[in-house]
Amino acid sequence: MAEAQGGRSLVVDAVTHRYPSGALAVENINLDIKGGEIIALLGPSGCGKTTLLRIIAGFIAQTQGRIIIGDDIVDALPPNKRAVGIVFQNYALFPHLSISENVAYGLAARGVDKTSRQREAQRLLELVQLPTMAERLPRQLSGGQQQRVALARALAIKPSILLLDEPFAALDKNLRLDMQIEVKRLQRVSGITTLIVTHDQEEALSMADRVAVLSHGKLEQFGTPSDVYDRPQTLFVNTFVGSTNRMPGVVVSADRTAAKVRLDAGTEIIARPAGGTLSEGGRVTVCIRPEHLQFVGDETGFAGVVGMSLPLGATVVHEVTTADGSGVKVSQARIGETRALESGAAVRLAPLAPSLANAFPATL
Amino acid sequence: MGAAPAARDVTSYGMGLAAPLALFFLVFFVAPLLQLFWLSLHNDTAGLHWGLGQYLHFLTDPFSLGVLGSTLLLGAEVTAVCLVLGFPIAWLYQRVGPKLQTVIILIVLLPLLTSVVVRTFAWIVILGRQGIINATLQSLGLIDTPLKLLYTQFGVVIALAQVQMPLMTLPLITALGRIDPNLDDASCSLGAGSWRTFFRIVLPLSLPGVIAGCTLTYAAAITAFITQSLIGGGQMLFMPMYLYQQASTLQNWPFAAAISIIFLLAVLAVVSVFTTLGRMSRGYGGA
Repeated sequence: MAEAQGGRSLVVDAVTHRYPSGALAVENINLDIKGGEIIALLGPSGCGKTTLLRIIAGFIAQTQGRIIIGDDIVDALPPNKRAVGIVFQNYALFPHLSISENVAYGLAARGVDKTSRQREAQRLLELVQLPTMAERLPRQLSGGQQQRVALARALAIKPSILLLDEPFAALDKNLRLDMQIEVKRLQRVSGITTLIVTHDQEEALSMADRVAVLSHGKLEQFGTPSDVYDRPQTLFVNTFVGSTNRMPGVVVSADRTAAKVRLDAGTEIIARPAGGTLSEGGRVTVCIRPEHLQFVGDETGFAGVVGMSLPLGATVVHEVTTADGSGVKVSQARIGETRALESGAAVRLAPLAPSLANAFPATL
Repeated sequence: MGAAPAARDVTSYGMGLAAPLALFFLVFFVAPLLQLFWLSLHNDTAGLHWGLGQYLHFLTDPFSLGVLGSTLLLGAEVTAVCLVLGFPIAWLYQRVGPKLQTVIILIVLLPLLTSVVVRTFAWIVILGRQGIINATLQSLGLIDTPLKLLYTQFGVVIALAQVQMPLMTLPLITALGRIDPNLDDASCSLGAGSWRTFFRIVLPLSLPGVIAGCTLTYAAAITAFITQSLIGGGQMLFMPMYLYQQASTLQNWPFAAAISIIFLLAVLAVVSVFTTLGRMSRGYGGA
C-alpha cells in the first residue's frame, strides 16, 4: 500500500455491478475525478449511488470494471488496505469507546503507539472544534457533534479518498448548513478528494465541484453544478435537479443549436435541443424552470388562467393552467410590491430566453 | 388547582393482578424453602436437636467439598464449551440469508424439542463401549480397544453442552443482532483486520449476551440431574445426585437440607458474579 496522502485522483473505469439475482445495480459507470475535487453522487434512492460508494470502499467487488486510486488499481485490495475514509449516514461511532478512542481507532490498527495516537486524536478533535469532548462516550454527544467525530475518525487515517454517505440526512435544517460549511472547510484544509452520496440536490449543487447524476444504475450526467442545472443532458436530470415545468409539443424545425417547437399549450417557442438533435415533426417534451417563465403583456407566448398564488418569502409562485389543461408553475422574484394575482385572472407566459427552454425527445 | 379532585395516577398499577402468582410462589416455593432451612438446622435425623452440625459436617468433610467443587467445575466446563461452540453459530446467524437463518434456528432449538431422557439415552448410544464413536473408530482401524467415553467427565460435559446449547446461543444471537452492521464496515475501513474488529468491537458489544448466556447455561448445567447421573454413572457424583442419595436412600433429611442450602448459596454466588459483570458491561452498547 502506498503512503496515503490527500489529493489523490480517483478513476471509476467502466464499472458494472450485478446482484446475485442478476439485476443490474450499476451499469458502465465512468468517472474521472481529479485529486482534491469534491464530487457529489446525486440520485433518488435505489439509483445505485450507495452501491457505487461501497464498491469504491471495497465492501462490494464489482462484476466488471476497475477502480483506480492515484496510480494504483485497488480492485484486489480489501477495504482495510484501501486507505479510504468513510463517514456513514448514522456515523457508526463505536458506542463503547470514548470519543478519543474512536478517533484513534484507525491509528491503533496501524500500530501507532499510544502517546502519538492520543496526541493525533486531540489534534483532530481540535480541527473539528470538539477539543473538550475526548473522554465522553458517543451517546453523550449531539447528532452534529457525533458527525464531527465521525469526520475526525475518518481523517485520522489520512485517507487518499474520503467518502460521505448521506452525511447530513439525519441533521435538522440549520445544523445541516453549518455542517456543510464545516465539511467544505475541512476538505479545503486537507485537500482530500471527496465523494458525497446524496439524494438532496441542493446539497449536491452547493457543496460539489462536479455532480454525477445517477438514475437506475446509469450515469445520466457528470458535470459542474451549473452544467447540470442549466444545461441538463437528459430529461431525468432536468426534472430531478431543481423543479421544472414539462410542456409537450411538436418539432416544427430544428438544427443542432436551436429547435422551433409548437407547444400543445398553443404557441411556438425556440428551445435548446438538449441531448442530441431532434427530428422535424417528432414529439418532444420542453422543460422550462418556474423562474425562467415570465408574464408578458402583449400577444406573444401562451395563454393561461391563474389558479393560485403562493407567496414563499423571497419569491411568489403562481400556478397557471394552460389552454391544453396542463398546469405550469411560475416563480417571480418579490421585488417591491409584487402583486399576488387574483385566482382566475387570464395571463400570457413566455420563457425569459430561448436557451432556458430545453427540448427532449418524448419517450412515451 | 388545589381544589381540583386529585388526578388518578396512571403510571402506577394495582398489585392485584400479581397476587395469584405471588400466592403460588409463597405456598409452593417460599414456604418449602423455609421448611428446608428449618430442617437443615437440626443435628439429628429425627429433627429434635437444634444446631449447625450438618453445615459443619459438610464444610469439614473433604468428600462433600469435593462433590461441590467438581459440580461447580462441571458448570464452568460446560459453559466454556457452549460459549466457544455457540458464539460462531450466533455470529454466522447474523451473516447468512433468511433461509439459512431458519435452518440455524431449527438446529439450535432442536435439543429443546426432544425429551431430556431420550436425548440422554441417545448420548449413551453414541458414547458407549460398543457405541457409534467406538464402532466407527474400530472399524477404521484407528483404535484397538474401545475408548472410555461414557461415565467420564468428558462425556458428561459433551452431553450437557449439547443440551444447554440453546440457552447460550439464543441470547448471543439477540446480542449480536443489536450491533449496527455499519460498525463492522467502519472498523474495516479504518484499517482493522477481522480479528481486531472481532476483539475490539464485536466481542465487547456482545458482552451482555455473553453474560446472560453464561448465567443460564451455568445454572442449567450444574442442576441437570438426569444427564449428570445417566452419562456420569455411579463413579461420577455431582451435587444433585449427592443430595438425592442423602434424602431418598439414606433418609438423612437434615443433611440433605443443608446440602441444598449450601448448593443454593454457591449457585447464587456464581450467578451474582455474572450479573455484576453484566451490569458493568451495560455501560457499553446501551442507547
